[in-house]
Amino acid sequence: MEEFSILIGGKAGFGIDKASSTIAGILNQLSYRIYLYRDYPSLIRGGHTFSIVRASPQKIAAHKNKIDFLLALNQDTLTFHKNRLKETSITIYDSDTVKADDLPGGVKRAAVAIGKIIKEENASEIMRNTCMIGSFCKAAGIGWAILEKVLKKEITKEIDLNLKVARRGFNETSESLKVPPIKQDKLPVLNGSETLSLGLIAAGLKSYIAYPMTPSSNILHFMANVAKDFGLIVMHPESEIGVIMMALGASYAGKKTAVGTSGGGFCLMTEGLSFAGMSELPIVIILGQRPGPSTGLPTYSSQTEMNFAINAGQGEFTRLVAAPSDAEDAYFWGGVSLNLAWKYQIPAIILMDKTIAEGAYSFDRAAAGEVKEETFPAWDRKDRYKRYLVTETGVSPLAFVPGKDAIIKINSYEHDESGITTEDPAITKQMQETRLRKEKFLIQELERYKSVGIYGKTDSDQAILCWGSNKGVSIEVAEKMGLKVITLSVLCPFPVNQFKKAVEGVKKMILVENSATGQLANLINRYGFKVDSNVLKYDGRPFTVDELEEELGRIIK
Amino acid sequence: MSEINLNTYAPNTWCPGCGNFAILNAIKTVLKSLVDEGLPFENIVLVSGIGCHAKIVDYINANSFYSIHGRVTPPCEGIKLANPNLKVIGFAGDGDAYGEGIEHLIFAAKRNMDITMIIHNNRVYGLTTGQYTPTSPFGFKGRSTPQGTKELPINPLEVMLASGATFLSRGTSHGMEQLKKIFKEAIMHKGFALVDVLQVCVTYFNMYDYYDKKVYELKEHDPADYEKAHALIREWDYNKDAPIALGVLYRKEAPTFDNTFLTPPVSGGVDREAKIRELLSEAI
Repeated sequence: MEEFSILIGGKAGFGIDKASSTIAGILNQLSYRIYLYRDYPSLIRGGHTFSIVRASPQKIAAHKNKIDFLLALNQDTLTFHKNRLKETSITIYDSDTVKADDLPGGVKRAAVAIGKIIKEENASEIMRNTCMIGSFCKAAGIGWAILEKVLKKEITKEIDLNLKVARRGFNETSESLKVPPIKQDKLPVLNGSETLSLGLIAAGLKSYIAYPMTPSSNILHFMANVAKDFGLIVMHPESEIGVIMMALGASYAGKKTAVGTSGGGFCLMTEGLSFAGMSELPIVIILGQRPGPSTGLPTYSSQTEMNFAINAGQGEFTRLVAAPSDAEDAYFWGGVSLNLAWKYQIPAIILMDKTIAEGAYSFDRAAAGEVKEETFPAWDRKDRYKRYLVTETGVSPLAFVPGKDAIIKINSYEHDESGITTEDPAITKQMQETRLRKEKFLIQELERYKSVGIYGKTDSDQAILCWGSNKGVSIEVAEKMGLKVITLSVLCPFPVNQFKKAVEGVKKMILVENSATGQLANLINRYGFKVDSNVLKYDGRPFTVDELEEELGRIIK
Repeated sequence: MSEINLNTYAPNTWCPGCGNFAILNAIKTVLKSLVDEGLPFENIVLVSGIGCHAKIVDYINANSFYSIHGRVTPPCEGIKLANPNLKVIGFAGDGDAYGEGIEHLIFAAKRNMDITMIIHNNRVYGLTTGQYTPTSPFGFKGRSTPQGTKELPINPLEVMLASGATFLSRGTSHGMEQLKKIFKEAIMHKGFALVDVLQVCVTYFNMYDYYDKKVYELKEHDPADYEKAHALIREWDYNKDAPIALGVLYRKEAPTFDNTFLTPPVSGGVDREAKIRELLSEAI
């Protein structure tokens, strides 16, 4: 068994999320590379929640439809997911609540009386998943010592009882196969929100301000938890309007600040975004995508805010829109975006999606690219300070309050070099050109970075074009099918030069995107490039490896 | 008096007789006296919204954050959180603070954020040429309500009292000396301070004569007395014909948000790289 997938499911409130992290932690102890997909509805109790933990000797960033282990804590899990089972799959179920009569023939089954065990041990309902994890480890031939180690790390409440319950599950299940350990270094398993946060912190973030909204709340929670460790100001204000305006206040006072939200919250922030463009207050805005319009599917994934991120806000101003594609990319572009926002005094938008934000990955920091705090043009104190001094690059030297001997005036109105309101046509023209001139130098600087990635069979004349979380699944399928993969980590300013090089020799380009309209196809069209086919998915669920392979198979003969 | 020059080259475009002049002149005097008393000039930050009031920051040669409409309070809070040593003074119109941005005002009061909000309450939209605001009296005939408004005004001071503000006061643009006194007290107050200035718009809602007849200065009032403050605040509801009290209506000592919220800086600084490595190894 080279690689394998485990699905654990139940109702919201069963602790499926924690259970899947624990399983990921156990497989990580065997040095597997992990990808964890979480699928849950927008409710607190009930419904159907499941996670798929995929483990492989190689780095992965996608899950598969087919599974090797089905861990069913309720009947729904078995009913909804039995079509994912293969002949070699193993189903473990709570025989007190689940009937396994209609499982496909050949599927191995292990009935564990979890309900009974819980009663006998006087344990709480939520510990059913601990019992299930015990059963899984035994079935997969994973030793008790590893299970015990990970449970002790993951579970903080009633660890002794949890261990007892896990032991019962372990003892009352028989070994079906032996998942072998891999000989390689272990990597930390983190979700994209966490690696993005670490990238921002490594680049010198000083404050994080956000209003809770899926799929970006994890960033707020992470930042709040580490605020003391890193000396961060972490604030949850009254609304997203409050968020962006408070953040711009902090930016004015010299704190490198980021905010995070999803589409709806970003709508509320757009007036502040435009204000950041005019006032040239640097800011990082994380926009976690989920299906819209409006409330849409709050806990699912999409890639539908590209147009919005690039075009949001009244007026014309320079901005950066980066779109990380996995845990490493989130770390790297988190850091780069913060540095570039301060270097160019622009809003930098980081487009995440639910798949990256909440999915967990084996995080290889060494492969992510170095992130460190960079310097920005600061006032040299020689001449009287002018906040909007016109320069060749369009970037005025920065000073922050309280600046000794500097009067620092920022303004949402058109303004002169000192920041005083003006309606003078010549100054208006000059200042508008100054703000836009920054883009030219930003484009030059972006050449330093890999804004466009090339993967798969790089000499193929057939290429998948993708961005964001579709990179992982696309690479995996492309390697199998002999296709090239072109992926964009920067969407604005559009990396024309790198893109031009990437598409050299490509005769057929297929866009893979989680949208209904193919937004990247329209974007590249503006720069004279063309997509030949679209593979679009807009049901809120990311592509699985098997599904994308099948879809592409129809297009590529 | 301090040597600092607070004038700018920006031409003043307020109407002759505008109540904003009183606020401008009063605050300039107060800022100078604060600097004379030792406040570093660079620690002063002025924030304004959009509307006639907001031009005040163009007219004062000090640090300023000329924000957008309705959004004076949150930048004030962000600036204060970023650096609690700064003296942050927000100027907002009644449309700005009590209309479009009232949520922020309520929350800043609730947090007892140590900022000063000076509201240029002329009870009419001036810059957009004469529409009703949240504090216009019932029946106000503005350009958007030619038949007269069908809604009662809010009593902003009552809203603020209910929200947890720890310093509430009222002045008028006909009482510069009193404004200076109130502004200074508001700025020196440790906590969320609001000054509602009945600032007259001579062009769209000239209330000078009315206010002159109705206002009286508080003499024997103890602002620490919540019940009395509440009664005074309710004496005039911005609609009915009643005496209008001027001065400090309410004052309370309470912990401020910036003091209780901020994590004290780790001594010797944070070794971010070491901490990141630690977090990563914990995730293995």
